[in-house]
Amino acid sequence: MKISLKDAAIYLDDISYEKNNHSILSNITGMIPKGKITTLVGPSGAGKTSLLKLCNGLTSPTSGKIYINNKRIESYHPPSLRRHVGLALQQATMIYGTVRKNLALPLTLQNKQLPDNQAEELLKLVGLDAKLLSRHVNDLSGGQRQKLSIARTLINQPDILLLDEITSSLDPISVKEIEELIDMINKKYRTTIVWITHDLEQARKMGDDVWVMMQGQLIESGPITLLDNPKTDTVKQFLKGRA
Amino acid sequence: MNTVTLTFALIFVLIPLLLSKYFKLGLEKDTIIATIRSIIQLFIVGYLLQFVFDSERYIYIALMIMIMIGAATQNARKKGKMIKGITWKLVTTFALIEFITQFILIGFKITPPTAQYMIPLSGMVIGNSMVLAILFLNRFTGEIKSQQDETELILSLGGTPKQAVQNQLIHSIRASTIPTIESQKTIGLVQLPGMMSGQIIAGADPLQAVFFQLLVLFLLLTTAVFTSILLGFLSYPTLFNERMQFLDEELKQLDD
Repeated sequence: MKISLKDAAIYLDDISYEKNNHSILSNITGMIPKGKITTLVGPSGAGKTSLLKLCNGLTSPTSGKIYINNKRIESYHPPSLRRHVGLALQQATMIYGTVRKNLALPLTLQNKQLPDNQAEELLKLVGLDAKLLSRHVNDLSGGQRQKLSIARTLINQPDILLLDEITSSLDPISVKEIEELIDMINKKYRTTIVWITHDLEQARKMGDDVWVMMQGQLIESGPITLLDNPKTDTVKQFLKGRA
Repeated sequence: MNTVTLTFALIFVLIPLLLSKYFKLGLEKDTIIATIRSIIQLFIVGYLLQFVFDSERYIYIALMIMIMIGAATQNARKKGKMIKGITWKLVTTFALIEFITQFILIGFKITPPTAQYMIPLSGMVIGNSMVLAILFLNRFTGEIKSQQDETELILSLGGTPKQAVQNQLIHSIRASTIPTIESQKTIGLVQLPGMMSGQIIAGADPLQAVFFQLLVLFLLLTTAVFTSILLGFLSYPTLFNERMQFLDEELKQLDD
């Protein structure tokens, strides 16, 4: 094995995943480097979301091995793995109640409380007004919900953050704010980021590395510059179609 | 009441038959089947009860209770297809609630340990428990399906399976027990409960009938709450695997 596991936040070794007898991912081998932003691009149905759920332990591969920070994923207790590897989804699911209740959820699950000053600090960090704390989540805009979802994931202090198309339904100003936020989190906390995006410009702008996935397979991976010089015809075709 | 008077009572079957024919409701066949079935089933039960009462052997009482549990399980299990091993979970629930209620009734000498008391009260307890189980399973299945995103969110933030379905469990337990509690608030005001009416018609002292009816109402309260909680806590772990992953394939199969 040439790849150094030491530098890998996530290492996938020949991963395949089936659901209801349908192949979703097949024979994926690759590594996500520590402390960097890796963008995941590819058409719908390529298996990108399934890949993130495997890394967060919400599902398990049918075959193959997953290493998180050099340790087999099975060696982690599931709740501690999921706190360690945070996940934020496009739909930014909220539980019924206030912003405070949602923000404190990861701590409530551990029977801990979120002090007011920490709650305010977190909201400030993600660019939300502290006054929103007592507001009902139904009153938030799409951008505000997404920022709250990220802040909530950050409470667990993950060292890997998985983002699934978190800006796809937002207005350009919110998109820019969230891009700046993720960049700041990556630089300030050295958090490893894996970011699924359909926006190739965003992938180029934000990513240090990129994975191109199609039909459940990892076609190419490497430094972000590969998007300008793809090796395979399928990736060239994909990029042309998107350009 | 005797066979002749019961024959006259068939007028109450004739009326809906004639009305159905006149208004072309198409209910004649079902009405006749229902009438014949109810006559046969109740007479079989009647003779069976008479035999059990006369023999006063506990083995026959136990056998009757087991048949009740079996029939209740058969009826309720269709609603819980998504839950693995639902049959044994229902059997455990019905058997446990039956044991607890009889233990209290006989242990505190509320009712004597005879077939005359044990069998009708068991029928009410198990029957009510079955209705509660169906209500609970119906609601719980619906809640789990509609709140799948919330379940996944809580798991993804490091929550346990129990935390991930806690809201759905509480909503389902509340929704299935509320009708029992609510109906007790108006009892006697709108209609006299069946058991009390039966006792009064049979010539019992109305106050004595009230005592027994209250006993049944209190029994049914325990039955309602206990059934939903026990079934809930037996059911939710089967929706997850040992890696605390939500098994959504079971839900998909339900949609097929």
